[in-house]
Amino acid sequence: MIGKRHGIEVSIALADAVKLCDADVIAAYPITPQTHIVEHLAELVAEGELDAEYIPVESEHSALSACLGSAAAGARTFTATAGQGLELMHEVLYVASGMRLPIVMAVANRALSAPLSVWGDHSDAMAVRDTGWIQIFTENGQEVVDQIICAFKIAEHHKVLLPVMIHLDGFNLSHVIEPIEMPDKQGVCDFAPHRRSPLTLHPSRPVAMGDFAPPVIFTEAKWAQEQAMLVVKPTIVEIWEQFAEKFGRTYKPVECYKCDGAKNLLFTMGSFSETAMTAVDKLRQAGVDIGLVRLRLWRPFPFEEFCAAVKDAETLLVLDRCISSGGPGGPVASELKSALYKLDKKPKVVSFVGGLGGRDITVAGFEKIIVDGLELAETGQERIFEIVGVRE
Amino acid sequence: MAKSENELTWKDIEIGAAVIEPGSAAAYRTGDWRSQRPTYDFSRCLKCGICFVFCPEGCIGQNQKGFFEANPYYCKGCGICAYECPTRVIVMREEEEK
Repeated sequence: MIGKRHGIEVSIALADAVKLCDADVIAAYPITPQTHIVEHLAELVAEGELDAEYIPVESEHSALSACLGSAAAGARTFTATAGQGLELMHEVLYVASGMRLPIVMAVANRALSAPLSVWGDHSDAMAVRDTGWIQIFTENGQEVVDQIICAFKIAEHHKVLLPVMIHLDGFNLSHVIEPIEMPDKQGVCDFAPHRRSPLTLHPSRPVAMGDFAPPVIFTEAKWAQEQAMLVVKPTIVEIWEQFAEKFGRTYKPVECYKCDGAKNLLFTMGSFSETAMTAVDKLRQAGVDIGLVRLRLWRPFPFEEFCAAVKDAETLLVLDRCISSGGPGGPVASELKSALYKLDKKPKVVSFVGGLGGRDITVAGFEKIIVDGLELAETGQERIFEIVGVRE
Repeated sequence: MAKSENELTWKDIEIGAAVIEPGSAAAYRTGDWRSQRPTYDFSRCLKCGICFVFCPEGCIGQNQKGFFEANPYYCKGCGICAYECPTRVIVMREEEEK
């Protein structure tokens, strides 16, 4: 089933995908670079193209709080945010996942102040990695659209019932115009029909949600939530397989590019992966032994798939778009190191931090990262991490 | 409640830790919080009921002989009854004292 591709801004396409999924409630507090998503949804609701309740709120904290109520009532709920907005939602993120509410949120990743930056960065995504949300990173506009459609099906699946964040890099993805194939309406309705949670607010079946838990029961409640998070990966993979069958595009938790037989691997997440692929192509032609591992599913972390992808590698070069200040450098690199800990034969990990606050890394930049990284792997990395392209 | 709170395992927890049966604070053993407990010398008791009126926990009732006495399941040991008692019937003692 291959539809027509047409040029469209990714934020607008994302909003159209939410329309295809027939969202019932949209809470909106526009913040750069997420603004176009909810602006277009406002138009769709105002023009009657989408029959949804559109709730303009006075802060991101309220946006997600409104989502809690609507998802608890059983409505298909969507919101979007970025950077500082995600931070203002922070405490409510735990409530959403603790109450097992299937909310879908698009996050146009951006740096966190100060100094004020509205540009692309992964600091916001990493700051909320322990909040109990499923987190999926996208690489291009087509993935954004496809993952939004999958997100509703994943979140509402009876074995999941957890909120989902779809991460797209601010500006690098949210504001570019790309050729995107929009799935057909009937196909989306068949693929991701509305599924109501087994527990919703209803006058004839009263329940109390988000209750008080004294020490005697809190551990059990958190463990129940953790068990739910740990078993969702096969369901996500199954939904991606169903998507591939229906729409012809395949997604996996960990994706490898030219990794066969490669002793050296570069690791990226998000839209930089596309640039990194070109750099890998060029260096391969020049005879450099390099492959690329891209992570799509960040939470729950796909330990088995990641270890399988890197088990034969000798060097792993990791690029973080975030600093874990005063700690291990890049949060992704430190997490990968801990994932590798149980392997007998571990690759050397060389950690890079770059692309902060919208700083571009070009194909040549990635070539330099690879060449420098391989040299550091030989000589040994003295610093905890290398910062890409800083003026000294 | 089929099981008390400290018997529930993580598998017994409803989705999202929701509470699906009606209940009230009657199930809370607030007596667990107590470090001091009220003791009574009923020979001086007038059965005036002032302790009953002032108890913020609402845990004081009349026993079979008509004396007012706190229910240790709920009494959190605040000592207000002992303070208000006009004839000093009630003395607060440390929980570990006999």
